[in-house]
Amino acid sequence: MSNVLFDVPGPKARARHRAMAVLGILVVAAILAYIVYRFIDSGQFTARKWEWLQYTQVQTDLANALLATLEAFALGAVLALIFGAIFAAGRLSDHAWLRGISTFIVEFFRAIPLLILMFLFYYGGPAVGISLPPLTAVVLGLTLYNGSVLAEVFRAGIQALPKGQSEAAYALGMRKTQVMTLVLIPQAIRSMLPTIISQLVVLLKDTALGFLVTYPELLYYARYIGSQGDFGRPIVPSTIVIAAIYIALCLLLTALANFIEKRQRRNKKHLEIQRPPMTEDVVGVA
Amino acid sequence: MDVLLDNLDLYGPFFWTTIKLFLISAVASLIFGTFLAGLRVSPVPVFRAVGTAYVTLLRNTPLTLVFVFLVFAYPLLEILELSYFVAAVVALTLYTSAFICEVVRSGINTVPVGQAEAARALGLGFGQILGQIVLPQAIRSVVPPLMSMLIALLKNTTIAAGFSVAEAGAIRQYLSERGDNQLIGLLWVALGFIILVAVLSLIQRSLEKRWSVAR
Repeated sequence: MSNVLFDVPGPKARARHRAMAVLGILVVAAILAYIVYRFIDSGQFTARKWEWLQYTQVQTDLANALLATLEAFALGAVLALIFGAIFAAGRLSDHAWLRGISTFIVEFFRAIPLLILMFLFYYGGPAVGISLPPLTAVVLGLTLYNGSVLAEVFRAGIQALPKGQSEAAYALGMRKTQVMTLVLIPQAIRSMLPTIISQLVVLLKDTALGFLVTYPELLYYARYIGSQGDFGRPIVPSTIVIAAIYIALCLLLTALANFIEKRQRRNKKHLEIQRPPMTEDVVGVA
Repeated sequence: MDVLLDNLDLYGPFFWTTIKLFLISAVASLIFGTFLAGLRVSPVPVFRAVGTAYVTLLRNTPLTLVFVFLVFAYPLLEILELSYFVAAVVALTLYTSAFICEVVRSGINTVPVGQAEAARALGLGFGQILGQIVLPQAIRSVVPPLMSMLIALLKNTTIAAGFSVAEAGAIRQYLSERGDNQLIGLLWVALGFIILVAVLSLIQRSLEKRWSVAR
């Protein structure tokens, strides 16, 4: 927080700030009040639109949808981490042809929209006789896209380490593989962990794209329950509930990233390197 | 090649819609995101809280969910009718602005303290310092991440395909109605995006060179 931009407010500025705060609260309150009014006026807060939450069947289905989201997330995360590690190693290889192939693959999958990747597997597969279930298409897409981004994160982490680290290891007579696995990777992973986790937040949000290839995850279920006439088509309540679940999940992961970052700052064993600003990963797709 | 040539009437207009969707949302998100960043560094705590709440909420919501809300739920509130295209622009802008805000804010932090101090010493107010001294320098220093955000935005426009907007991501649906090979069709769509992303990367590189601040 840069408070260089303004002085410690004097009495006059304080009065002005207070006036602006009141005005700001009024504006925000007016907007919120109008939205709530529209919600009430269009009957979104009537008991009928919310009572679906009380049915045991709905709760079980909701839990299953959550599990489906988490399943896609867990599979995608593990595979993307493996994919990322392999191609980061490929991009750092001493063999030009291996570097070339790895660079091509990573750049290729980063440039294609994730949804198009999922479409390719789900709708394009049958054209060559391969019919994949939605989950496989979703996980494959998540793996290739996020794995490519993670490969860049790993590579940036290793390249950001001071040169002396590998030089010293070579001077001790270590082989290339030893330098990598014993010296560079442990340090790089530790310093890149917060970035890696925020990429996993992106991956978690990206699972919602599964909705568009008929994978029955949380958002798919929200849409389904929202179209049920028996409950008065509660699409507004159901999206609110699902949004709350997604936000809670993402904030949990973010909290983990922050916790790790804080612990690292205390930990003297940790080598402080400048983490390159890899902002594209933090925006991700969905 | 046949799939592309036989369906040029799809690829042309649909990719054009993608580009329009991208350009309008990009300009809107840059403006709204910068405004949010202004809120987040403002001296009034209430403004900061509003900015933080917005960014936290939107950054942790899947973009597809924002689309679902705007396209299926929002019309029930009967506020203002939006066409599918406008709804897509609004969804993309609301979502991308939260990320642009954070990039601009990190840019503000890179501006040397002395710049703002000197401006304050000259008696400039918060608005003047931010608008005339700090932001112009901040934006220049965050050109690369800003462009990465815009590249992500470009790729995100495909999600509109699931919500009745006839853009590049929707080409597949029309191909399947015409009975064409969807795999080949999608590969052409992918190639189109690779080209568009490459163009944006080129712009990024040239802006970086031209706009880098000499410090």
